[in-house]
Amino acid sequence: MTNDKTFAASVQRSPWKDFLKRVRRTPTALIGIALTLGVIAMAVFAPIIAPFDPLQMNVRERLNAPSMTHPFGTDDFGRDIFSRVVWGSRLALRLGTLSVLIAVSGGIILGLIAGYYGGWVDNLLSRLLEIVMAFPGILFAITIIAILGPSLDNLVVALGLFGWPDYARVIRGSVLSAKQREYVEAARAVGAKAGRVMARHILPNVIAPIIILSATRFGGALLTGSGLSFIGLGVPIPQPEWGAIMATGRDYMASAWWITVFPGVLIALAVLGVNLLGDGLRDVLDPRLRK
Amino acid sequence: MTRYIIQRLLLAIPVLFGVSFGVFLMAQLVPGDPATVLAGDTASPQMIAALRQELGLDQPIPVQYLRFLERLILHGSLGNSTRTHREVLVEIADRFPYTLLLTLSAVILSTVVGVLMGIFAAINHGRAGDFVTMMLAVIGLSVPSFWLALLMIMLFALNLHWLPVTGAASWQNLIMPTITLGLHSASVKARVARASMLEVMGQEYVRTARAKGLREQTVIVGHALKNALIPIVTLIGLQFGGLLGGAFITETIFGWPGVGRLAVQSIFNRDFPVIQGTVLLVAVAYLASNLIVDIVYGWLDPRIRYN
Repeated sequence: MTNDKTFAASVQRSPWKDFLKRVRRTPTALIGIALTLGVIAMAVFAPIIAPFDPLQMNVRERLNAPSMTHPFGTDDFGRDIFSRVVWGSRLALRLGTLSVLIAVSGGIILGLIAGYYGGWVDNLLSRLLEIVMAFPGILFAITIIAILGPSLDNLVVALGLFGWPDYARVIRGSVLSAKQREYVEAARAVGAKAGRVMARHILPNVIAPIIILSATRFGGALLTGSGLSFIGLGVPIPQPEWGAIMATGRDYMASAWWITVFPGVLIALAVLGVNLLGDGLRDVLDPRLRK
Repeated sequence: MTRYIIQRLLLAIPVLFGVSFGVFLMAQLVPGDPATVLAGDTASPQMIAALRQELGLDQPIPVQYLRFLERLILHGSLGNSTRTHREVLVEIADRFPYTLLLTLSAVILSTVVGVLMGIFAAINHGRAGDFVTMMLAVIGLSVPSFWLALLMIMLFALNLHWLPVTGAASWQNLIMPTITLGLHSASVKARVARASMLEVMGQEYVRTARAKGLREQTVIVGHALKNALIPIVTLIGLQFGGLLGGAFITETIFGWPGVGRLAVQSIFNRDFPVIQGTVLLVAVAYLASNLIVDIVYGWLDPRIRYN
């Protein structure tokens, strides 16, 4: 009896439960989720968490060292660094999410088309992909910023536009191998349209690598974005973007270390979060790594 | 092998044209009229019109592109810097050796550190040493390198006065930029080296070597390492191209007089011929190193040649 019950339970166990169980056993995934949720919570509750207006200047309080009132100190205009860093998480999430979304959607569409239709379409798209990949990512971003000027939206566009080839490559490869499978052939044989075959039969099989790639890309977007803001080619300075806050601290490195140090810690934690999340998901989702 | 190399070279040609077209388009997409910018604030409409004709800006875009290609290929010219009025390629040639030096030293440092970390982690697979090393690697991937640069400046330059902050006067100027630029690639190499070592160490020939009674050190250095290094060779090539074009932020922070800093300065000065030149150079260098990787890879692994 008991044997039958366990057997029935194991048959009924949904893939979702199975997935959660494996996540719980993967410490990297758990730390990653905790850090990522932390940053998201910070962005959502920024008005509650931040004690001051991130843009409000107070010249009498300029360059104050960390204290009870200003836990991360103040900058050269007396703005509260802690409040700026907290509000900055909104800009970071926006930058990461939107640039990844642009890259994912472009990559999925072009990768599906190239892999599914093959022939000259594939050839043309593959050459286009090679051209975009011939520009190192940051160069592409700098080029676009040079043309459009520095702003958060231009940064999103720049980081999104150079991100799609990675996705397109993954998708194209998966489509090429899926096309050979019997279930796809069967779907085509019964007269399913190309769009339906791609959406229903091919796409679900490439979701895992896309999610993992997106986690890495998200972190990369934060690093490149804050780096460009830091040298003045990203989000302009009064905005509380983490890299831009650090740029204001450059002139006061010898006297006011806190302006530079705290935003950097936040970037590192946010990127570490998504990187661990990506690593953890890879361990969980890759069947070859399962014991 | 010759056929494979020729094939790879031929495949690079359309990409090169695409890159050159992209670089050409850059100048077209910039808001504002280049002739007006070049002529300066005091120019009369007649002067601007004359300049526009001289630059060929009154011609259709395809004609302009062909002229751009003709100048580039036949005369090796990208025009003059709007700021210094020197030939763009001369400006870049002045800066390129610095970028090359910085890139080379970052590649060497990251390879040595990364590979050693990877081997160490693989040998201690599943133990604390593995976990700590891989945690360090993922932290290295997550820390913004420009932040590390600032921390180093605060500690080693401003507090301890051991190293100079900016410039390229002595070998000491190279230390902090090298670490900054090499941080991420060292972390990537550590992860790849570990994975590759683990894979190789599970192979039959390594088991055979162990079964023969060879010492563990001989097995690792003589049998496993050599094969595990193939993916690292690829990675070195790919990263070399990426680092060559990725030194913008590092060079700007440390005032290192390379191509990356030139590009950033040119963006602030809206000096488009120089921006075009640096973009073209970096893209071509990146392509060339990818091509070399492909060829080396085809040489190391004959299966690739025939596919």
